[in-house]
Amino acid sequence: MIVNKYLIMDLAAQNKRIDGRDLTSYRTPIRIDLDISKTAEGSSRVQVGDTVVMAGVKLSIEKPYNDTPDEGGITVNAELTPMSNPDFETGPPGINAVELARVTDRGIREAKAIDLKKLCIAPGEKAWFVMIDIVTINDAGNLFDASGLAALAALKAAKFPVFDKETGVIDYKKKTKESLPMLKEPLPVTVHKINGCLLLDPILQEEKSSEARLTVTSDMDGTISALQKGGDEPLTMDEISRMIDIALEKANFLRKELNKVI
Amino acid sequence: MSQLLVQERDIVIPGEALAEGLDYLPGENAYREENKIYSKVLGLVSLANRVIKLTPLSGPYIPREGDKIIGCVFDITMSGWRIDTGTAYPAMLNVKDSTNRFVRRNEDLSKILSVGDYLVVKIVQVTSQRLIDVVMKEPGLYKLTDGRIIKIHNQKVPRVIGKQGSMITLIKDKTGCSITVGQNGLIWMKGTPEAELLAEKAIRLIEKKSHEDGLTDKVSLFLDENKVNENGL
Amino acid sequence: MKMVYKKRLDGRKFNELREMEAQAGVIPNADGSARFVIGKTQALVAVYGPREVHPKFLQNPKRGILRCYYSMMPFSGSGERIRPGTSRRAQEISMVMNKALEPVVDLSEFPNSAVDVFVQLPQTDAGTRCAAISAASIALADAGIPMKDMVSAVAVGEVDGTVLADLNYDEEAYDGVVSDIPVAMTHNSKEITLLQMDGEVSKEQLMKALEMAKEATEKVYEVQMKALKEKFRTQEK
Repeated sequence: MIVNKYLIMDLAAQNKRIDGRDLTSYRTPIRIDLDISKTAEGSSRVQVGDTVVMAGVKLSIEKPYNDTPDEGGITVNAELTPMSNPDFETGPPGINAVELARVTDRGIREAKAIDLKKLCIAPGEKAWFVMIDIVTINDAGNLFDASGLAALAALKAAKFPVFDKETGVIDYKKKTKESLPMLKEPLPVTVHKINGCLLLDPILQEEKSSEARLTVTSDMDGTISALQKGGDEPLTMDEISRMIDIALEKANFLRKELNKVI
Repeated sequence: MSQLLVQERDIVIPGEALAEGLDYLPGENAYREENKIYSKVLGLVSLANRVIKLTPLSGPYIPREGDKIIGCVFDITMSGWRIDTGTAYPAMLNVKDSTNRFVRRNEDLSKILSVGDYLVVKIVQVTSQRLIDVVMKEPGLYKLTDGRIIKIHNQKVPRVIGKQGSMITLIKDKTGCSITVGQNGLIWMKGTPEAELLAEKAIRLIEKKSHEDGLTDKVSLFLDENKVNENGL
Repeated sequence: MKMVYKKRLDGRKFNELREMEAQAGVIPNADGSARFVIGKTQALVAVYGPREVHPKFLQNPKRGILRCYYSMMPFSGSGERIRPGTSRRAQEISMVMNKALEPVVDLSEFPNSAVDVFVQLPQTDAGTRCAAISAASIALADAGIPMKDMVSAVAVGEVDGTVLADLNYDEEAYDGVVSDIPVAMTHNSKEITLLQMDGEVSKEQLMKALEMAKEATEKVYEVQMKALKEKFRTQEK
């Protein structure tokens, strides 16, 4: 892969980018397709520029955890497929896939985006458990934001399968009209620092030239539900403050894009 | 009775029948099986007398002796540098082929060329095992500094260069950029950031519309419409 | 042989395939890629290569090697979620995919390299390995890999005495005597590069099914050809 690292750093010092974009502009097109997989209870395909990610929601009925007997659960899993990037290897999720999954997970869970209590069927015995799987299709940079958007879109589009309370059997082939009990719409925005300049939605070359990044997951009212700092270099408090401001504003922009579709 | 089943510039897929009978000969990327000639790639039909060959529409760069390519240093050895050519086959640049000046035996080679440096080199030998030897000691071959490097499909390189260099000269003139095109699809350009971006966009346009006629005019129009002004794009 | 299954569950004719569509060049990072859909089964394929082989001991000094990796997305099954990670089924399918494509692919010009084929299925309804092979053929051609011919695949079989083409999930799971026979064929010589069978079948019915496979794979071939030519046609005036 070609990385014009010195050029990207030089341009950053002039507040410019290698593809001519503004520092806080997302690539176009931003495209969100729903129900791309009928076998999933909910699914989406999100495209930001050339980055494409799919997400699918599967529901199952399990025994609630001991410490939350009246709640269902949610887990996020991510696969950085070798299909999406020649540098990704086959095999179990590496640390980057794990980070992506856990950061996306925290953003949704801590925001209490889903009313877990409403997922309870019989306290202590049965509750709905939500599994979100993120699968990367083409990595052209910024998988974090695309994945967060895809996960939320899939959750919003999800419908409960038909469930026979007496037999306890789920008929996955039939969907009800009932959606998941969603309370919030948290979205991650990742801001990068390159040569002192703050920018977002990096292309692959910019990610490879990035010194530090901060992913901020926030909801409509500005409440932050997840933070993750990455990268080799440190961030000052002032930089963090500015990054959060950018992230809060841009999360609303992404939410508007999502609301156009669902 | 021989019969041609396709026309010049037809797009054919692997295994598609091109001709029947023994009068035609299979050229590059075509093969004969019994009475018929078939294509071996997704490509454009090209007829020269009785020889049918295919120009692939995609596919890897095949390194050839005499080709000028752009590569990136990824390793330093006792005798030189290993160059990433953007293919499955790295190239070797020996110290003695890199410069005319005398290099002392214990000299630190990384001070001459370091990992990450992009170079314009010429292929002088390709073995059957695809070991590639390159040189950088002739005029027109050098280490690239500043500017930006992009990669296009190597099949599009002839289109980007144009007949007698007409297309690449057009882009150079209208953007003011210095541009070097490697046969392996790597292209270097240097100018103001806005000019480089414009040149890159023009090249991507050529990549996308490489089959179309009148491409030089279209590119010229594109460059005029998006001309860089003093404030940048 | 008495035909008990007289009308297909979805109303198709016995030799009729489900609706198909395909596109080439759908994943920008890949050297070649394709999407192939047959009924509700969807396959996405990316091809990378020829590229360096890691680990190095796998490389072949005479020619490049082909490696296939088949994977179903966790939400692509018709029932519960599929646990991610490779299953024995996926490993076997990866291998037969490889064997189905190797006879046509010519990597003699690329010693010590590998061509990697990655398949992901977002949604499935039977015929998955066949869809994967059909999609992979398109993707390999799209990547400019030299191939003697295309390989087209479809599952034929028999349900209660009736020989059919392109069984869907409900037919595979039909409560009766069923055989599910995935077949891959080259276009020109109609040679078989994939043949498996699940269920019970007599030799007579098997040969009838293979005969039906000839025309069934032709229909797949038409879709594959269209996908490849269309990609470049839209670039032409």
